[in-house]
Amino acid sequence: MASIVLYLNNSAKDITFPLLEDRFQFLNPNTSSDSLFSSLAGTVRILLCVANSPVNSETLDKYPSLECVVGSTTGLNHIDLAECRRRGIRVTNAGDAFADDAADYAVGLLIETLRRISAADRFVRAGSWAVKGQFPLSYKVWGKRVGIAGMGSIGRRISKRLQAFGCSIAYNSRKPKANISFPFYASVQELASNVDILVVCCALTNETRHIINRDVMKALGKEGIIVNIGRGSLIDEKEMVKLLVKGEIGGAGLDVFENEPVVPRELHALDNVVLSPHRGGAVPESLLRLQEIMIANIEAFFANKPLLSEIELESLSWILS
Amino acid sequence: MPTKREDASTHPLASTIKLVFHCLPQTASSKKMDSNSIGVLMTCPMSPPYLEQELDRRYRLLRFWKFPQKTELLKPHSQEIRAVVGNATIGANAELIDALPKLEIVSSYSVGLDKIDLAKCKDRGIKVTYTPDLITDDAADLGIALILAVLRKIRGCDLFVRRGPVWKNGDFQLTSKFTGKSVGIIGLGRIGTAIAKRAEAFDCPISYYSRSEKADTNYKYYPSVIDLASNCQILVVTCSLTPETRHIINREVIDALGPKGVLINIGRGPHVDEAELVSALVEGRLGGAGLDVFENEPEAPEELFGLDNVVLLPHVGSGTIETRTAMADLVLGNLEAHFLNKPLLTPVV
Repeated sequence: MASIVLYLNNSAKDITFPLLEDRFQFLNPNTSSDSLFSSLAGTVRILLCVANSPVNSETLDKYPSLECVVGSTTGLNHIDLAECRRRGIRVTNAGDAFADDAADYAVGLLIETLRRISAADRFVRAGSWAVKGQFPLSYKVWGKRVGIAGMGSIGRRISKRLQAFGCSIAYNSRKPKANISFPFYASVQELASNVDILVVCCALTNETRHIINRDVMKALGKEGIIVNIGRGSLIDEKEMVKLLVKGEIGGAGLDVFENEPVVPRELHALDNVVLSPHRGGAVPESLLRLQEIMIANIEAFFANKPLLSEIELESLSWILS
Repeated sequence: MPTKREDASTHPLASTIKLVFHCLPQTASSKKMDSNSIGVLMTCPMSPPYLEQELDRRYRLLRFWKFPQKTELLKPHSQEIRAVVGNATIGANAELIDALPKLEIVSSYSVGLDKIDLAKCKDRGIKVTYTPDLITDDAADLGIALILAVLRKIRGCDLFVRRGPVWKNGDFQLTSKFTGKSVGIIGLGRIGTAIAKRAEAFDCPISYYSRSEKADTNYKYYPSVIDLASNCQILVVTCSLTPETRHIINREVIDALGPKGVLINIGRGPHVDEAELVSALVEGRLGGAGLDVFENEPEAPEELFGLDNVVLLPHVGSGTIETRTAMADLVLGNLEAHFLNKPLLTPVV
């Protein structure tokens, strides 16, 4: 008999996981019949959380036998991790399913911003090349100093890629990482003072909210650029917009925003900003890998084996006991 | 947006350039030489303004584009012009060289030499210099930028946010992965090698076509462009333009690359049979293209303007402030060396 997995999709995203549908029996509050649902709601032990569907106390109260939440994203700020820890519920995320794509995208946004690719493309399509002549000069990528805020699996991949562009790497993280030889800065502000480009790719927690604040951005300076592929709220967006409009930071490549899908209108007119609707992760090849990881987690759970991509709730400093 | 660190100063040739300038101050001998009387013809406007400003300061600068009738410039001034500064747009063709009997040197603000009649220069004993190596990194950076821009539809994303339709939480379009895709490079010179090194950091297997196999590389060699195109997902053109490489990307090669393949051209427009490329893209027979160069610049094929899987750039391969400044210094350094009878910094051999 197929194992029963609670399938929760309260996001606006229309995603399916065909590989999982073959292997498990999904209990979906939106589609299962009332009788089936009420008979199983009390005993289902594992929940598949689709995209950024919220999982909070209210959710967990409905399913008192839950022991595990299987996330389908890298970031888990839509899941109340403190509550999960309190209830002894284990949580897994997408592991490294999207790490390469996120890193590729971060590098893409960085080069785009410096070399003004989208603006140059608009220039050609508007017919301006023949009329106005040469497109204005942009800025060199090779050899720039890059600061990575958050040296996790994505930060490491970004570092590897950017080193091939002659960039030097420095980083900030909660603590220095044992097997990383790049210079470590204890504060993001200090990091920003010493680099040309700041790449933000850490997890969003209570501690990291607005970690990129006005002081950090001023430290980065008029020539500096920011690339954010983490979460919008890692940056004080209102301040960033002010500084960009005034020309007090050099530019920005942004895949995420504080109040998606709202993007501050002031940014639309700026040529030194590249805007993206949170697409850093999703490519078809990676959805395959995501499903493999989720299947592995679910099967390990039912076999009482160690989970593949479990988040260590014990060690998270934002968990209040 | 200047950098906090002077990139140009870390370039391998930078110390040479600096040395030349230190050896060429306003000494008594150079004052006697009165370089301000040397006629230098600049073929078209070039940015940043630094080059034009310096040429104007040091020499008697004549700006070709200010004369709608070229004979207006050439008749009275042809005897004074001893140097031409050209670029990838307008160089020194046979007609111009013939009109300048006192021409001694063509110092090109470019690495491409297809706009210079090299044979004629050789005949006349006219020296030619260019700016190799300086643009390698910019060109390679751009090559990868184009790959990412096409595969991940960054341009489309940006446009979508700026112009709508309104981004709803549910809207997401899948794009295509770059990491791990096979990259085929036509021309494994400085720029091709630089692209290969960057693509390797994305775990891409590298293969190439070149006139002959290179001994000092581990990349897979294919003896024909069609073989290469059949065996890679992303094909990058970065060889020099010669009669042999004109239209090296033709219908057969495009078909071999196929509906999932992506073509990146950072070489020269004439490398690609543009009409064939356009119809392949419009008909969906080719997966996508990133183009920095076109057959008839500054015209780009309008049929491509509506396509989402194409990125079109106005020949910005080396268009960064840092690199153009370093190139300008090299042009000036070569001219200075020539007029002082010192060895040229970067002559075309």
